[in-house]
Amino acid sequence: MLLGQIVSGLSEALKLIVEGDREIYSIILLSLRVSGIALLIATAAGVPLGAWLGLTGFPGRRVVVALVYTGMGLPPVVVGLVVFMLLSKTGPLGALGWLFKVPGMILAQSIIALPIVAGLTMTAVGGVNKNVKQQLVALGASPAQVRWATLSEARMGVLAAVLAGFGRIVAEVGAVMLVGGNIQYRTRVLTTAIVLETRKGNFGMALALGSILLVISFVVNAAVLHLNRRGLGDS
Amino acid sequence: MKKALLLLVLSTIMFSGCFLWDARGRAQPEELVLATTTSTVDTGLLDFLLPEFEKEYNAKVRVVAVGTGQAIQLGRSGDADVILVHSREAEERFVNEGYGVKRYDVMYNDFVLLGPSFDPAGVSGAKTIVDALGRIASRAGTAQGVVFASRGDDSGTHRKEMFLWDKAGVGAPRGEWYSSLGQGMGDTLIMADEMRAYVLSDRGTYLSMKDKLKNLSIVFEGDEDLFNPYGIIAVNPEKHPNVNFRLAQELIAFFTSIHVQQMINTFGVDRYGQPLFFPNSEQWWLEHGGE
Repeated sequence: MLLGQIVSGLSEALKLIVEGDREIYSIILLSLRVSGIALLIATAAGVPLGAWLGLTGFPGRRVVVALVYTGMGLPPVVVGLVVFMLLSKTGPLGALGWLFKVPGMILAQSIIALPIVAGLTMTAVGGVNKNVKQQLVALGASPAQVRWATLSEARMGVLAAVLAGFGRIVAEVGAVMLVGGNIQYRTRVLTTAIVLETRKGNFGMALALGSILLVISFVVNAAVLHLNRRGLGDS
Repeated sequence: MKKALLLLVLSTIMFSGCFLWDARGRAQPEELVLATTTSTVDTGLLDFLLPEFEKEYNAKVRVVAVGTGQAIQLGRSGDADVILVHSREAEERFVNEGYGVKRYDVMYNDFVLLGPSFDPAGVSGAKTIVDALGRIASRAGTAQGVVFASRGDDSGTHRKEMFLWDKAGVGAPRGEWYSSLGQGMGDTLIMADEMRAYVLSDRGTYLSMKDKLKNLSIVFEGDEDLFNPYGIIAVNPEKHPNVNFRLAQELIAFFTSIHVQQMINTFGVDRYGQPLFFPNSEQWWLEHGGE
């Protein structure tokens, strides 16, 4: 019975997608837009931060590293709650008017992605073989040249860091639900739409939206793998 | 060696757990899954009524609080034994299609229209709820700050709202002023409070959250169209042989009994100065006249 319902839901959803149902497309596009922009912000801040942490030593570095690692496990719903309180009309950033709007959702997802991008970049940069560095120094490379070489050696890991950040935020529901509010035609994204369809008992539709999320993940990963292979061929 | 020790400790813990269970000197309680709407749980009504049932029948009632749409779906798929919901039409369809055995009236509550106290659409002067909604829709385009927040989740409350928009001649509302949230009552109220929006709410959830909703007050109430009856239906064992039909029937008899109807009538009075739900079972009306 339930299986039949799921199958009919899936086929109906497939029909909607093929026919170009405007609401579904706007939901998919909004998901990509919010998570994409948030990822850009997190990358712009997180990659330099992670590289810096991976390349240099300074007093208190361990504390910062511990903070970054803790941040990697931040529950999205907690980030959502804090951002909600900040952006509330009675909160300190209420004047921005970002609550239940796209900029608020981007802010929340940037905060979730930042420690992931920074932490994994740091690990990738720190994991570059010491021998390589020593060889470079022995060959007479300047410190700046060594740093640059290390970063370029770690680029695959950095790419993986950025991907991991995207995977996390495009699939999170807690923060966008609280901060965006799941408003139809305006702040509804794939994950909040899945929650809604499940609550309505439309399991097939919910599953279909989940499959779209999977496909997006797959396409992004495949594209990156492809780029990687080309990048490797060049070097 | 260490592994063996760990195993011993773990198994001891598990066994003592079993003994604790048995120490109560009763057979394992029977399980019953009740799928219901968030309002009966959020208000605390079920916490107030169910312990007595669980004690009397040595039962454990697992309450799944979801929207009416999902609650009915849980009944259809046999994942619930009994459903307590408020969407008359959907309930009747559920019974007519053979998924439910029979619908019994349990209680009713009513809906209220909430809005910002400065009432930018001027609905407080309306005669009927249909008139009030019509004013919101017609002034939304012209007056500043007239916005409406809707559950948008196919719940009983949402279906009621859609029915009323239709009756007001608005049809399915769309536009900048109308936000369809797809969330539960509590979440919707918190968002409406932030947005200074009009919103249709059941009275119980509103009263239980009133002190957190600084910007909302009741702007319209009391119309017969805002009446909201709850029905209880046992899932048909012919469709789903795994359901606990006997205990489900006991629960229905319990909810509709004079004693529990009386409890419903007093629930919330000490905290809010008024009941949140009103008794509506056949037995109650036989005793108290009326219908």
